[in-house]
Amino acid sequence: MSGLFTDAFIIALLAGVVAATVPLLLAGLGEQISEKAGVLNIGIEGMMLMGAYGGFYVAWASGNLWLGFLGGGIGGMVVGALMALFCVRMGLNQIVVGIALTLGAEGVTALLHYEQFSRLYPRLSVMAPLPIPGLSQIPIVGPALFTREPVVYLAFALVPLFVWLFRRTQLGLMLQAAGDKPAALDTAGVSVLKIRTIAVLATGLLVGFGGAFLSIVAAGVFVPFMTHGNGFIGIVLAMLARGRPTWVMGGALVFGTCLSATTALQVAGVDVPTDIIQMLPFVAVMAVLLVAGRKARLPAALGAAYVRGER
Amino acid sequence: MTTETTNLTSGGLPPRLRAALATAGLSLGPMIGAFVLSGLVLLLMKVNPFDYYGYVFQRGLLSPSGVQATLTRMGPLLLLAASLIVAFRAGLWNLGGDAQFLMGAVFVAAWAPLMVQHLPVWLVLVLSMLVSVVIGAIWGLLPAILRAYQGINEIITTLMMNFLGISLSSALVKLVFADPDTTVPQTRTLPVGDRLPVLFGSNVSSGLVIGLVVILAVHWMMTRTAFGLKLRVVGANPEAATHAGLSVPKLTLAVFAISAGLGGLAGAVAILGQYGNVRADWNPAYAFTIVPLVFLARFNGYAAIGYVFLFSALGIGSESAARRLDVPNYFTLVTVALLLVLLAVTERWAALRRARKGV
Repeated sequence: MSGLFTDAFIIALLAGVVAATVPLLLAGLGEQISEKAGVLNIGIEGMMLMGAYGGFYVAWASGNLWLGFLGGGIGGMVVGALMALFCVRMGLNQIVVGIALTLGAEGVTALLHYEQFSRLYPRLSVMAPLPIPGLSQIPIVGPALFTREPVVYLAFALVPLFVWLFRRTQLGLMLQAAGDKPAALDTAGVSVLKIRTIAVLATGLLVGFGGAFLSIVAAGVFVPFMTHGNGFIGIVLAMLARGRPTWVMGGALVFGTCLSATTALQVAGVDVPTDIIQMLPFVAVMAVLLVAGRKARLPAALGAAYVRGER
Repeated sequence: MTTETTNLTSGGLPPRLRAALATAGLSLGPMIGAFVLSGLVLLLMKVNPFDYYGYVFQRGLLSPSGVQATLTRMGPLLLLAASLIVAFRAGLWNLGGDAQFLMGAVFVAAWAPLMVQHLPVWLVLVLSMLVSVVIGAIWGLLPAILRAYQGINEIITTLMMNFLGISLSSALVKLVFADPDTTVPQTRTLPVGDRLPVLFGSNVSSGLVIGLVVILAVHWMMTRTAFGLKLRVVGANPEAATHAGLSVPKLTLAVFAISAGLGGLAGAVAILGQYGNVRADWNPAYAFTIVPLVFLARFNGYAAIGYVFLFSALGIGSESAARRLDVPNYFTLVTVALLLVLLAVTERWAALRRARKGV
């Protein structure tokens, strides 16, 4: 076993953890915004797939990976706009619409892929890493964590940004109010529907970026159903985090480590079935809940459409 | 439409029939809408929508073999709908139905083909269904305990148990219950002759009858019994239920046991009535698509039967149409998504209209 832990292997392992964590982080942070504002966004798996497809398509068509990310964000926001229209504006059941949007996005992206790419299977170029001066010189950690694609740094930079947004800004306060006591927000003269619409669109944007990361950076191709439950894990992360962006990051790292462990162990020649490894993060979280479980505090008005004057 | 005309047109009908007709009317519009919109998508794909939907109707609703396939598929779907009705009426969002279904299916598929060599077939079938209920209930136990005694949100825990169960069932099929006589990773196969009996010489599995009986029983239990009333009180307002002297934790455990147990039974009926074995990585994800249907049925058993029939016929018909016209089967997902959204819009519109009339 001692020969296993060469520097190259550890670098690959850490790099794999980061690559698996980023989409989960973006999905979790995105879902967190919706949940704070009182929208239980079951549709983020669909937003993520649309982001993955939109990101891949634009990157392939334009030859520019950054434009691809923009396309991914827009793809996610298109699904987010539908979610906002149906659930926030029209007050339809959030679980019905969320599942419908996920199924629809699965179908649409798979069809588009079938029509356009099923005979070609084009691959994207690799995004150039951006070494951070100084830090990237550290042995092992440097090449694994600080010689990464710029989008990786941006994703992690969102965590402190969101902490600041939620704690220190008026927008953060309004988001919280839209989820906890929408009537109070309405009384204060702020449109609940507007805040919730903004929140759902922001979710679409972030989750779309997460999907684009999967197709552009992690895989380099689009494959139907490629998000493979990443969005649902994002829902779990947001609920476990109880409104704290740092907890989303912690959770994403735990899940990301387990997801990337399969590949790492297989490379190392240890033959553990994929199914077993994929169970690990869920076993871990269930065990933690069982031992140290406390009430997961969720916004009071989560899942309920806001109708002015209704009690 | 004014009130008078409504009364005139539906004058002689009993109220229950009138309500059923209104519901059917409210589903017809969205169906046509979904077909028109997805027909436009077909046009974009250079497929004639009339050909496509002709095949869907022919296979799903008209041809004898298609109807039999539709009715057979309804069995497990009805059981899943019953499972969700119990939970949702009690205010517990059990979103882990797919894993409960798969765990029931996998254990039955591992157990029944071996037992059938030693015991009479009817006994094996009955015991298998009991086993699946117990396995499903065990799979729902952890979220139930966490919800009942720690107050942990069951959406998180059932979703996590769902991922866990899907992976575990495929691991069990590959590693523990694999049929040693074949290289394909799958369980042993229950011989066709030893499965649930078919109805009246057709190919329809009696799983349909089990599904219908169970969903009607569940509907009756939730609306006509004291136990059902208790569960609905818990669902409507847990704090009021505590004040009324109900033991909310115990009722929560009971709800999860019934709901997850029925999920497991759905898996058993799918195996015993239709598939005979479980292949590795098999996950039809029925529960995931039944969730919105149960919401649209407003947790009503009769309405759920209608929606399940619709969904089943659409699924069977589309699979055939897709094969014949070389359209990828993903297209069905688009139709289902459009149908769900349009049904939800219509439901909302009808509720608003009712509210306006009430005032």
